[in-house]
Amino acid sequence: MNAALLLAIGGLTAVGLYLLTSRSLSRIVIGYSLLGHATVVALITAGGPAGWPPIAGGAAPEDMSNPLPQALTLTAIVISFGLTLFLLALARRQRTLSGDDLVEDDLEDRRIAAVESGPTETEDSVAT
Amino acid sequence: MTGLISLAIVAPLVAAACSLALRSHPLGRDIAVLAGLGSAALASHIMLVTVARDGTHTVAVGGWAPELGIILVADLFAALILPVALTIIFVVEIFAIGQRRTVWAANPELSGPLLCVLTAGVSLAFLTGDLFTLFVAFELILVSSYVLLTHQGNRSQVRAGMTYVVMNLLASTLFLFGVAFVYTATGTVNMALLAERIPQLETGVRLGIGAWFLVVFGTKAAVFPLFSWLPDSYPTAPTTITAVFAGLLTKVGIYSMIRFHNLMGMEDLGPIMLLVAALTMVVGVLGALAQSDVKRILSFHVISQIGYMFMGLSLFTVAGTAGAILFLIHHMPVKAVLFLVGGLIENHEGSSSLDRSGGLAAREPLVAVMFAIPALSLAGIPPFSGFVAKLAVVSAAIDQRGTVVVVAALVAGGLTLLSMAKIWNEVFWGRRADGPRPSPAPRRGRRTMHAATALAVAGTLMVALFAGTLLDLSTEAAENLRSPASYIAAVRP
Repeated sequence: MNAALLLAIGGLTAVGLYLLTSRSLSRIVIGYSLLGHATVVALITAGGPAGWPPIAGGAAPEDMSNPLPQALTLTAIVISFGLTLFLLALARRQRTLSGDDLVEDDLEDRRIAAVESGPTETEDSVAT
Repeated sequence: MTGLISLAIVAPLVAAACSLALRSHPLGRDIAVLAGLGSAALASHIMLVTVARDGTHTVAVGGWAPELGIILVADLFAALILPVALTIIFVVEIFAIGQRRTVWAANPELSGPLLCVLTAGVSLAFLTGDLFTLFVAFELILVSSYVLLTHQGNRSQVRAGMTYVVMNLLASTLFLFGVAFVYTATGTVNMALLAERIPQLETGVRLGIGAWFLVVFGTKAAVFPLFSWLPDSYPTAPTTITAVFAGLLTKVGIYSMIRFHNLMGMEDLGPIMLLVAALTMVVGVLGALAQSDVKRILSFHVISQIGYMFMGLSLFTVAGTAGAILFLIHHMPVKAVLFLVGGLIENHEGSSSLDRSGGLAAREPLVAVMFAIPALSLAGIPPFSGFVAKLAVVSAAIDQRGTVVVVAALVAGGLTLLSMAKIWNEVFWGRRADGPRPSPAPRRGRRTMHAATALAVAGTLMVALFAGTLLDLSTEAAENLRSPASYIAAVRP
């Protein structure tokens, strides 16, 4: 197996995961695309060594690269492309609503956490 | 039979296209959606009868060999779960048509077609015989769920949608990595071939693959500690959409685990999985007790109940797997019906918050009954379906001397009853708080909503009534899963 490809997968995954932990959706979008690239390279690597294009009659079958992972990869690319667009649309919507594209906290969670630390007069029914 | 299997996947997709084309004709659009969902549900019921009589049936899409092409496998497990799932979606769509005139309704122009796409994804996920098509089915379900969750575009939906989308995108990425690992190790993604080849791998590689897919499917199924996205996002969507999500989406994750981890022989992971199951049950129900909104309480119960199915699976015995399958059949309609009743409460009280409602039992006794039956069933009180399902899972665990997990299951059961009693006290008894009320839904729509909910309640009672037959079928399905030879023989004749 090719060490350069493995390094590429590792590097893309590390940067992608780091960006995904961010609060800003635009960084998450970039992180997700990088992770998508990492999976594509991983799937291609899974298909074994590179060879001639897998087109019937082009080369001897044993010299061709494995076409199945390539078919899987194409599907995965299309899906991740569509999802990146959806994430961008979501980021834009969030910007329209709140002026930035940061992921917000869950208000209900905050409220219940506040009840746990000491009931206030408005929350007595929750505390019972 | 080939036609039936294809129909369950293709009919909803065709209906989605038709209903999008008919978006300016409300009646035509509804007929298209109902016809698509209804014919898929009908096909799945006939499929169950046929498979129970004749055994597993397969369809090689495009006529390719199983090593290369997509293969659809209708074994007894798939045929048992599919009719339950498709019938729920159909009933929920009827409820959605009744709810349309209220402020809580989903946008019908979008929700109808998207629900159809989601249905096609659910059918494909249950019927597929290879790991990559399972990934595609998951994406089909998730993409439509992303849009369904956020389509009204208000602030809480966008906020919750972000967590949900990012979490599931990460899980999908891990899934793809898992496919790459499996392909590197075995050279195939076909489940029947994997069931032959994965048990022959070295222990480290085999368990690595098993644990990786435990994380992937566990995130979809919302098991401990991967559940945080669920109670955050589900309550923000319109009730009908939450009902479908709660009834089906996490169950697709559990379904995939029951199939994958049984076929691939991952018994070594059992002890860790049992611990996870115990934690899922207890943490989920404790989360529910802290909440003060009907939809949020029910969302935490989704997690807690997932623990029971996961427990049945983690035992890796025929009885345990059969219990998990029976629990799936019981849980899907019960959970969906509880969310539909949550929608009715919202409709009558103007909010699903416990603080703002009270005394509904006196004003709407029918709603109270329709809440009480599935709520008692969820808590596992005889004679309802939850009792039979819990009994099957717990007695399978007692056979394996899983004391910790049995205690956790019983404690979680008691606490479930407690939190159902809390909803009952606050919403159906007591007094209504003062405050502005929205105008109630028009009579006609209300009757449709009540009828759909009553139909679903009747469905949960049917599960209890036919529990013996269903347990026999579940046991047979579990035997097939525990000894993959029959599955392999069906795919590679």
